[in-house]
Amino acid sequence: MKTGTDRVKRGMAEMQKGGVIMDVVNAEQAKIAEEAGAVAVMALERVPSDIRAAGGVARMADPRIMEEVMGAVSIPVMAKARIGHIVEARILEAMGVDYIDESEVLTPADEEYHLNKRDYTVPFVCGCRDLGEAARRIGEGASMLRTKGEPGTGNIVEAVRHIRKVNAQVRKVVGMNEDELMTEAKLLGAPYELLLEVKSLGRLPVVNFAAGGVATPADAALMMELGADGVFVGSGIFKSENPAKFARAIVEATTHYQDYKLIAELSKELGTPMKGIEISSLAPEARMQERGW
Amino acid sequence: MIKVGVLGLQGAVREHVLSVEACGAEAVVIKRKEQLDEVDGLILPGGESTTMRRLIDKYDFMDSLKEFAQSGKPMFGTCAGLILLAKHIIGYDEPHIGVMDVRVERNSFGRQRESFEADLDIAGVAEDFAAVFIRAPHIVEAGENVEILSKHNGRIVAAREGRFLGCSFHPELTDDHRLTGYFVEMIKESKQLAI
Repeated sequence: MKTGTDRVKRGMAEMQKGGVIMDVVNAEQAKIAEEAGAVAVMALERVPSDIRAAGGVARMADPRIMEEVMGAVSIPVMAKARIGHIVEARILEAMGVDYIDESEVLTPADEEYHLNKRDYTVPFVCGCRDLGEAARRIGEGASMLRTKGEPGTGNIVEAVRHIRKVNAQVRKVVGMNEDELMTEAKLLGAPYELLLEVKSLGRLPVVNFAAGGVATPADAALMMELGADGVFVGSGIFKSENPAKFARAIVEATTHYQDYKLIAELSKELGTPMKGIEISSLAPEARMQERGW
Repeated sequence: MIKVGVLGLQGAVREHVLSVEACGAEAVVIKRKEQLDEVDGLILPGGESTTMRRLIDKYDFMDSLKEFAQSGKPMFGTCAGLILLAKHIIGYDEPHIGVMDVRVERNSFGRQRESFEADLDIAGVAEDFAAVFIRAPHIVEAGENVEILSKHNGRIVAAREGRFLGCSFHPELTDDHRLTGYFVEMIKESKQLAI
């Protein structure tokens, strides 16, 4: 009997496919998310738009919040650790959190190295903007990926850019001859063996969700249309006027992302979505997606 | 050709489709209840059972799934799918589809860090089946007509009752298609009976 194998860690993410993972900051929100049909919740101290507004250093949440959320729902509970923060990750693992997000939404603890995620029994999800970054994270042991997008902005444009980029690069690798892959690996900064695997599978070897800027049911459906395996929704849900209704609408739009009449129905009278931020108005140092390397 | 439906609301749908195809049958992803008429058997995949139940209710699938179960066509539930099939779920007053005479406990091996792989002896299927358990349930009690196919550390992890097959683990996550093949054989037998 073996725990923490690749199959067990990656398989857990496979079970989440077609689903929505929602950011929550307390037990009450976690219950609303579960009731709405979320496949997992991300327990946080503050949602990304509040982290953005608050400024300063963003760290792992108070363990009491994770404890409270784990006690409230039977779906898996994820939590964020700072990039490269070995101890925050170990704490979350020791608490029994089901998945750790080594996340650029928090202030990085290490500006050179990400965690060696193979060392842990608990699986990790990491952000990516292109295939090179995706492959480096998988190389370090990530069992699930998500686009970085630009968290806490309510603006889908960066998530669209990232999923298109990753998928275009995957298609390119699949179409290349094997003798071209070493140079491609060098150009992408990707482990060669992983590109071989991508070529033979015809896709990434792990699940890739969309994240960072999903603000409406149509945004969620758009990401599915572009080939995401599922969707993370951060600030959008509990910043809306009717979170329960909004959460259900996002879940349904994700399941039936090509049923446009249905998405029209469930987009009705959801109230004002979060205001959103135009990306070009963000100073480069305020862009969370630039964190991670 | 045998047509096997895979309930496609959420979860490991693609893997089951590949596994069914590897067994020489045709796979149909079921997103609408009307599609159930097209298939000879149905796989309820792994995923989040809470989420699947919500989507089943939302799309008014439950009555159709119950009718399907009564029609004599075989059903195979893996992990969350086993929970959907069970007549009794510990901690819940009501079952979901509730057709297989077993009592199951959800997440009974613990949280994700306790998820594991183990080699199983599955009666009539394989003696060395690499099984992947992810936040898995197990069968705490089985009715007298239920055939226990496999146990792990004394816990029932695979069982069959007539045309219903259920397991705690995820056969779709490995390249070993013998358990799916066993289910495809169940469908063939049921079709012969129907003729």
